[in-house]
Amino acid sequence: MESRRNPRAVVDPKVRQVGFFTSSQPDSTQQQQQQPDPIASASSPPVSTISPSGNSLSPVMIPPPRHNSSDTFPLRGAAAAAASAVSPSSFSYSSRRDFPDGSMTASPGRVSRGSFIKSYVPVASSLPGVGIDSMAAAKSSSVPATGLTTVSVVNMPPGLSEEVQSDQKNNSKSLKEKTTKAERRALQEAQRAAKAAAKAEGGGKVPPVTSGSVAGTSVKAAKTAKPTSQKNDVVVAAGPSEKKGGPSEKDRKKDAPHPRMQYDDESRVVKAKRRAVVKQTEAKNRVELFRHLPQYEHGTQLPDLETKFFQLDPMHPAVYKVGLQYLSGDISGGNARCIAMLQAFQEVVKDYSTPPEKTLNRDMTAKISSYVSFLIECRPLSVSMGNAIRFVKNRIAKLPITLSESEAKAALQSDIEMFINEKIIVADNVIVKHAVTKIRDGDVLLTYGSPTAVEMVLLRAHELRKKFRVLVVDSRPKLEGQLLLRRLIKRGINCTYTHINAISYIMHEVTKVFLGASSVLSNGTVYSRVGTACVAMVANAFRVPVLVCCEAYKFHERVQLDSICSNELGDPNAISKVRGREDINYLDGLTNNANLQFLNLMYDATPSDYISMIITDYGMVPPTSVPVIVREYQKEHVLV
Amino acid sequence: MWRRSPSFILDRHSSSSPPMADTTRVPFQNPDSISAYYQARAAHHGVISIDWLAQAKAAVGDVSADEQLNSTVADLGTEKSFNVIEEFNNWRKQPDLAEAVAAIRALAAVIRASEATTMMELEIELKKASDTLKSWDKTSISLTAGCDLFIRYVTRTSALEYEDFNSAKSRLLERAEKFGEISCKARKIIAMLSQDFIFDGCTILVHGFSRVVLEILKTAAQNNKLFRVLCTEGRPDGTGVLLSNELSKLDIPVKLLLDSAVAYSMDEVDMVFAGADGVVESGGIINMMGTYQIALVAHSMNKPVYVAAESYKFARLYPLDQKDMAPALRPIEFGIKIPAKVEVERSARDYTPPQYLTLLFTDLGVLSPSVVSDELIQLYL
Repeated sequence: MESRRNPRAVVDPKVRQVGFFTSSQPDSTQQQQQQPDPIASASSPPVSTISPSGNSLSPVMIPPPRHNSSDTFPLRGAAAAAASAVSPSSFSYSSRRDFPDGSMTASPGRVSRGSFIKSYVPVASSLPGVGIDSMAAAKSSSVPATGLTTVSVVNMPPGLSEEVQSDQKNNSKSLKEKTTKAERRALQEAQRAAKAAAKAEGGGKVPPVTSGSVAGTSVKAAKTAKPTSQKNDVVVAAGPSEKKGGPSEKDRKKDAPHPRMQYDDESRVVKAKRRAVVKQTEAKNRVELFRHLPQYEHGTQLPDLETKFFQLDPMHPAVYKVGLQYLSGDISGGNARCIAMLQAFQEVVKDYSTPPEKTLNRDMTAKISSYVSFLIECRPLSVSMGNAIRFVKNRIAKLPITLSESEAKAALQSDIEMFINEKIIVADNVIVKHAVTKIRDGDVLLTYGSPTAVEMVLLRAHELRKKFRVLVVDSRPKLEGQLLLRRLIKRGINCTYTHINAISYIMHEVTKVFLGASSVLSNGTVYSRVGTACVAMVANAFRVPVLVCCEAYKFHERVQLDSICSNELGDPNAISKVRGREDINYLDGLTNNANLQFLNLMYDATPSDYISMIITDYGMVPPTSVPVIVREYQKEHVLV
Repeated sequence: MWRRSPSFILDRHSSSSPPMADTTRVPFQNPDSISAYYQARAAHHGVISIDWLAQAKAAVGDVSADEQLNSTVADLGTEKSFNVIEEFNNWRKQPDLAEAVAAIRALAAVIRASEATTMMELEIELKKASDTLKSWDKTSISLTAGCDLFIRYVTRTSALEYEDFNSAKSRLLERAEKFGEISCKARKIIAMLSQDFIFDGCTILVHGFSRVVLEILKTAAQNNKLFRVLCTEGRPDGTGVLLSNELSKLDIPVKLLLDSAVAYSMDEVDMVFAGADGVVESGGIINMMGTYQIALVAHSMNKPVYVAAESYKFARLYPLDQKDMAPALRPIEFGIKIPAKVEVERSARDYTPPQYLTLLFTDLGVLSPSVVSDELIQLYL
């Protein structure tokens, strides 16, 4: 942490301009500042490409912060593994700290949060100096020096880079010659980038790509210093042409984007699109406040992907299938998505064979990462999926080298099976066991949406002959409550159904509220389907206890204070149209109106004050104990 | 029957009446049973109530209620369980002994009397004895917690021991004996920790007769602090009178209040001290009836509420509201005869949620209420 602070301390404060402003940063200042940039930051072109667009920023847009990309380079050896182990936790709290990162300019900069999945290693090898001082914290910073997201913005002023370099010298791993070489290369890079940036936005794509591929290929030469820089130079030359030919295999592998990539940065988005398998067209008419979240035109990709089913070599058909199911909305809900993904990964492992001259650990991790990036394109990851991916990568990394391939594969498959069984299925049973003790005869239970855990609790309580009735609260546009309602009625449970706008009307009858969660964060905030927060708040006002049923594997160490910084945007057309009611579709066709933006949020964050108890497979705990469980849970992972 | 929902009339029609009658009562126990735990406390406090006497006279056995208990115990059958509960009751009668210590001593007696030859067998016996004890008195949280703790300790040590059985057994016995000392020491540690919070010239409000709180006040007096104590009368146990007796022996200025005079006097109070029958997972406490009220008043007037409890009272319960616990009923006498159809609220305890408590003084240190769950997770997982 400290090492990261140093470069930042000297940097000009980044100014978030909220409200009306007319400034635009001249390109030259940016480029000058990029000169000493040790990292091959193709940040300059993106930055400069942004600044023209920055001029056209609408007044109420909050420009996203820029990031310091220098940090977190885990040690070489386990770099890939560690990186991949940490990466899925793109929700990691530490990434938040990137914010105050100074990138000097006050221009509406962009978050260069890149994918740090593979970026650790590449940047580490290519620029050990910079990376070293922040090596201590294997944080997900915006180091993305991968082909995709290249540029972590390390636009450091000259004085700063010297400081960084002096830090490097102190570090055992830094090599003097490498520093200078890297610096030279960076200079070269920056100059090339500047030149390219001078052209136009279209031209700007090339340099970033270049540095991306630089970083990408440097993964291979992770261990050696000299060959790395040399190779980089070589690759640099070949970069542009290579990139233009379409996403290469290795780039795709290395460049899995940060699962929580900020989508405000146009160049980043463009890069992502180029290497994307799923061709999504971005929605044009978006709410400014949520610009950092991806939003696509719905319904356009499915036919396209279906035709491509047999053409995509690198993609495993099981993963492809799961991705399509996510895209079309066939599989939704944290547990279902996680299980589907894990089962697809089991198939992947089964069909896997190590290519010659590669180790199973590294290659498999790379493959998994590429599949994960595909899944992200189909639909952003849920926290449950993120944790599961982290587990899988951890397992792959821990495989002893001595195992034969078939043994390793069998071990992996059984590990995944064990995860599904222990953390989801058995956990649900334990939750049900605890929760039914809280249901008494005469209870009126309210539930919102269609949480799987709560459904199991209600069915079990009914089996135990408890006398209660259920109030199912539902909301547009998903109307998930109807599915739950159907299933409960089939079992003969006494139900009432209403929409969320009637919640304050019926809350006085309710004795307990049972909610599900997509995730529970470290400060006790429950991250769940949009509308949950409303239900919890009204319940709290009526002094009705709120019980959240959530498996422990969905807990996460990040902290979120509002529902804006991390969320998912759904299809705006779903709001504008009411299915089956043609007569009231007044908003039909207005989706592209400049004065009207539709906002279809999928998740919201419920503060811990409104939650009475969280029922997990670790028992019934108060919301304040979530970080304790996260801590114990991680220890378990480490020990196992 | 008296529900919030206007549809309770519908409910009444739809379901038959017996289930309706049960809705107000949690189907844990026979509603007319008296909580043995609170009876024992009453015995400690030397409270003789009309009901108690009547019960005694009406006892199947001879005169004393204890014998009645014994006879019901004898009905349970097996020699072992008879031993355990008998043993436990004997220990429990000692006024200075904590409940959990009594439980552990009873379990130690089981170990001593056991004829098991392997650890596993002993564990099973202990588990059975502990279950018997727990089902015997469901309302005593310290009892449950103490049994759980001891069983947990046994399982943990047995997992690590490879030595021969007899030495393991003696080690367990030794540990059980030591537990009594630990309990006493716990009180001293808590007293020591809380000294910083009592300043000269302060007014302390105390509710209930907790031995830990008494220890705190004794230590403060010995350290020559100048403070005065307001005790609530503490009906129906009359704890206020007892406490004021004890305190006046120590030359601490005491003032007795009616339970209803708490809000009236809260202005002049600097802090509230309470013991706990049990500390639950949310960080709240279960204590004598009236504690919740006092905590609410204190909270609304910004007075700190300090709870003194040993760490073995941490229990894995999580009540959502007042009625979410096993009911612990006790006889309440009003001095005059009450007509039979008048219902009396006979619950002996209430639950104080953690947001009304400021700090917990335990032998693990001075904790905030949210730490309880942390400790429990580490202990039981």
